[in-house]
Amino acid sequence: MTEQPIPPTTDPGRPPMLGSDDASRSTSGRPAPGDVILELRDVHTYYGKIHALQGIDLDVREGEIVTLIGSNGAGKTTTLKTISGLLHPRMGSVHFAGRDVTRTAAHEMARDGIGHAPEGRRIFSRLTVTENLQMGGYTRSGREVAENIEHVFSIFPRLRERAGQRGGTLSGGEQQMLAIGRAIMTRPKVLLLDEPSLGLSPILIQQIFTIIREINAGGTTILLVEQNALQALEVADRGYVLQTGRVILADSASALAANQDVRRAYLGEI
Amino acid sequence: MTTSTLRREQPAFVETFQRLRLGPYLFVLGVAIIDFLVIGPAQFVNGLTIGAIYALVAIGYTMVYGIIELINFAHGDVFMVGAFTSMYVLTNVLGQDGPIKDPPVLAAVLFVDFAITMILLGILGTVIERFAYRPLRHAPRLAPLITAIGVSFILQNTIQILFGPSPVNTPQLISPTARVNVFGLDVGVVNIFTIVVSVSLMIALQLFVSRTRIGRAMRSTAMDREAAQLMGVDINRTIAITFFIGSALAGAAGVVQGLYFGNIQFTLGFQAGLKAFTAAVLGGIGNITGAALGGFIIGFVEVTAGAKGVFVWGQAAVFVVLILTLLFRPAGLLGQQIGERA
Repeated sequence: MTEQPIPPTTDPGRPPMLGSDDASRSTSGRPAPGDVILELRDVHTYYGKIHALQGIDLDVREGEIVTLIGSNGAGKTTTLKTISGLLHPRMGSVHFAGRDVTRTAAHEMARDGIGHAPEGRRIFSRLTVTENLQMGGYTRSGREVAENIEHVFSIFPRLRERAGQRGGTLSGGEQQMLAIGRAIMTRPKVLLLDEPSLGLSPILIQQIFTIIREINAGGTTILLVEQNALQALEVADRGYVLQTGRVILADSASALAANQDVRRAYLGEI
Repeated sequence: MTTSTLRREQPAFVETFQRLRLGPYLFVLGVAIIDFLVIGPAQFVNGLTIGAIYALVAIGYTMVYGIIELINFAHGDVFMVGAFTSMYVLTNVLGQDGPIKDPPVLAAVLFVDFAITMILLGILGTVIERFAYRPLRHAPRLAPLITAIGVSFILQNTIQILFGPSPVNTPQLISPTARVNVFGLDVGVVNIFTIVVSVSLMIALQLFVSRTRIGRAMRSTAMDREAAQLMGVDINRTIAITFFIGSALAGAAGVVQGLYFGNIQFTLGFQAGLKAFTAAVLGGIGNITGAALGGFIIGFVEVTAGAKGVFVWGQAAVFVVLILTLLFRPAGLLGQQIGERA
């Protein structure tokens, strides 16, 4: 489906995607994207016999927002799970902050700076909102955690109102806020967000994307998986288009958003 | 589900009352009061004592089920090993053979016995988990279940080889004839001791699980293992800690079993295990408070059936309770009814 030449995804000399013409960007005062912090090379991940990722190459630079788009079953969620250590690739390598983390366990990845807000929110339904956030700070000391919880409450005032309530009793939007807040609590260098807008009302989706920008402006690198490709490309610096476990396109977000094939396949245009 | 929005307006106190969810507790209290009237104070205290022991064992079943969804059929035998460990510590290490009159000495001996037995049994539990269950973590669910039965046989046969097939006497450090007056009732000191120790351990456990960081890690691992890992929880370590605590409590139950009955046998764990399992199901498997309540109910049921001259039916009565529970309230007294959605 790609008539356009696929840009090389592994070109180390590629300049940082600065000065994209996205207006929302310039006001946020984000730091310039820096060195590559996350690097996937020819990653093959399986579910039993199912070959889910068939050689993914992907780079994320410090300070960027990178989005993975693609239809169901393209391997977006699997890619995130492979990065956070919930799945391990059978072939290929994952490097994070200069270290080979291909075989590192998920709980160590969380400790070392990968935050992952998984698909379907996955909050702890019988823990209170505060306890859920405390779990996000599991690897750190009590006082620091208390301060971070305040920080999350300042981003999501809604969660402060619900602090003593069990996670399972929250509305979908509140659960998503909690899932993101909990992931922020891990103080990640790179935050993986899997479908943060799924099942939310248009107003809430706007809010979530505004918050994603704010989190990024605070210095956190973000890798965003979205069905909502249009919104994702609006906030992102760069994007990768996945299809059946492969990267079929990689470019700046604005170029992808302008690409006719992408528009036809993922942005709902005919 | 946000049921509160669906409910009609109610007076505030009704709402508060419902939120407390006192139903199951009132049910247990009712059972206790009726039982007290039916069987009289002496048997009632006996039921409470046996119930406390079942409750301690039931907690181990429920904690392990809660975190890895395994019915650990070896758990009753862990309790049995606890009773033998305590017997060995008392006779061969501390050189005791009967009641101790001097309270400070008694307290010291009991403390050392509990400490050693609980630590050793905790280690036994983690060893069982490490070598019997962890390798089967991703196997079909029948595999660890059958392994648990195998572990049960290994424990029974080991104790049989070490201590013989006949019942073995254990030192009754607290004289069975020592009585105190409680609210006008003549109660054995050993009964009071058993109940106080068991309830204290249960309260300590409840505080540990609900208030500490490790307790939160245990609860979140039980709810969603993957999500817990993403928070930095080492689930292998958390599961090991769960086995340690559950087995240490079974060890404590073994200690009081020996102190209360005065003799123990290698087959002890099978029956006790089944009854404690029933208690755990009755209370709502996975729920610690439920297991404790279930333990007391099973104690009452067994003692009542025995006291009413139908002793042979005492065992059967316990399993009638199990069947009735599964038929009419499969989630148990304190089974989860809300907030499963996430």
